[in-house]
Amino acid sequence: MSVNDTAAALPAANGGALPIGGGLPSNLLLRFSAAALLWFAASGVTALWPDAADAQEWERTGEFASLLVVAAGLLVLAALLAAAIRPAPRSRLESAIASLSASVPWLIALALGVTGWEILTAKLNLLPRPFFVPPQALLEVYLDDWPRLLDCFAASLRLLVTGYAVGSVLGVVTGVAIGWSRAVGYWVHPVLRLIGPLPATAWLPIAFFAFPTSWSASVFLIALASGVPVTVLTWSGVAGVNSAYYDIARTLGASPRFLVLKVAVPAAMPHVFVGLFMGLGASFAVLVVAEMLGVKSGVGWYLQWAQGWAAYGNMYAALLVMALLCSGLVTLLFRVRDRLLAWQKGMLKW
Amino acid sequence: MVALENTDTRAVVAGMTIDVQAVSHSFELDGAPLLVLDEVELRVEPGELVALLGPSGCGKSTLLRLVAGLEPPSRGSIMADGRPIDGPDPSRVVVFQDPTLYPWRTVRDNVALGLEARGLQRSQGHRIDKALALVGLAGFEKAYPHQLSGGMAQRAALARALVNDPRLLILDEPLGKLDSLTRLAMQSELVDLWRSSGFTGLLVTHDIEEALFMATRVIVFSGRPARIKADLPIDRPYPRHRGDPVLTELRHRILELLGLAETW
Repeated sequence: MSVNDTAAALPAANGGALPIGGGLPSNLLLRFSAAALLWFAASGVTALWPDAADAQEWERTGEFASLLVVAAGLLVLAALLAAAIRPAPRSRLESAIASLSASVPWLIALALGVTGWEILTAKLNLLPRPFFVPPQALLEVYLDDWPRLLDCFAASLRLLVTGYAVGSVLGVVTGVAIGWSRAVGYWVHPVLRLIGPLPATAWLPIAFFAFPTSWSASVFLIALASGVPVTVLTWSGVAGVNSAYYDIARTLGASPRFLVLKVAVPAAMPHVFVGLFMGLGASFAVLVVAEMLGVKSGVGWYLQWAQGWAAYGNMYAALLVMALLCSGLVTLLFRVRDRLLAWQKGMLKW
Repeated sequence: MVALENTDTRAVVAGMTIDVQAVSHSFELDGAPLLVLDEVELRVEPGELVALLGPSGCGKSTLLRLVAGLEPPSRGSIMADGRPIDGPDPSRVVVFQDPTLYPWRTVRDNVALGLEARGLQRSQGHRIDKALALVGLAGFEKAYPHQLSGGMAQRAALARALVNDPRLLILDEPLGKLDSLTRLAMQSELVDLWRSSGFTGLLVTHDIEEALFMATRVIVFSGRPARIKADLPIDRPYPRHRGDPVLTELRHRILELLGLAETW
């Protein structure tokens, strides 16, 4: 191939390189092998390079190395599978392999990151201890302390879902009422203006006094934090409904109840979901604070407890659980939205 | 698109009589009343298709809103079949210039709106498909409004009105936003629908040719506040022809009434 040919081929290769959805890239095997190699390397570094002599010997190093080997093995398997079976175009297997291949750059970066982390902590002991721990310390927590972590995860989820559900339902109802009724707006709007901008955590001292249990106080705080944005956005959604929608329904014989439930609420839905998203973010913040200060279980409590014992491995492990919890709930919310608002064009994908 | 052979299964409804009696109407604008209708007197007999023609912003659409019952008139009264209009009613259905389909509902669910609002969807659901076929939208039941062209959206809006078997169909510049070819085609379709159904029609339009091509009577309004300047019966058989010399003569006459004769 001449130099000119290569130059001519470059823009095309750059432009059409991402294999998302249709067709597998020709260098699939190479891509997967590169990633697999790096995961094998990460495992080798973990298992074979002895831990720094001036620090403690970390437990679960062998298990962690095995885990890395399994990851590398799965990549090799995927590569072989793709090469050997040649999945039918647009089949489910093909699209699974295509999306895995699209995340190869990430898989490579992760392998490098884990290796670097391993070297900096366990192998060379370059980072101040006990604040930084190697990845196998997290694995150790998951393997040894999982019952407690699972308990805390369930407690956090229960508290969050209860508070968020109460806040969202009240928020939507209040928002629709303010948007619909002048009288309700007259009384509720000033209260909302005064209370709304106040961070829910400011109520913490009062809430823990006023409620019989710290759990119910936390439900109140989370409901407040998530309810305010839901209220405001629902209200603005209802207030912004095209008045011609009401005219149409009225001439077709709609009752006021129909106008609210079948016209105002669905028309306001895009706004409501923005409010639900903002409220969810606010509820995470309040959840952690409430669990750190009052509730005696949950991931926030676990974080606090781990810090008290200087068990930083436990803390990172709990942080990761928290991140997965929050991200998972946001993903779930977006899935629900995608389904309910499929009629909208140009939606943001989460 | 109109399948006339289908219409024998449709109930032919009795058109409504509309009697507009000395109606005046004004809006509040910056605290001062703005008169838009001035002593309008108009009687529409059952089965007529009356076009209201006048300069933009003269108050024709306001008159339609009053007839639809969406607002009460400031003065005077409007009778439907001899009874005063005191609110909207599904026997008087409006088709607006914008289709205003609900974007969150499919075409079918949009057309079902009136039946659903009155709790008739279960017993009368079969009429939805009939109405969709009538306007040529069979096969588009599951489409969402943003997937429709302007003409198709307006047809869906028409089906949403027709499914209720209105006795008065109020058309507020229904073809105003369509391209001129779709517009000409839909004028014929609307005339066919009206002739086969028997409802009374009130049509607001800016388009003189449209009024002459479709209506049994053309009411010419003055500029704001709207007064009736002329009431011209168009005594020509259907289907009409756009080149009909009688219509051309009437067109000249209307241009004169609107003060635009020098462009003839």
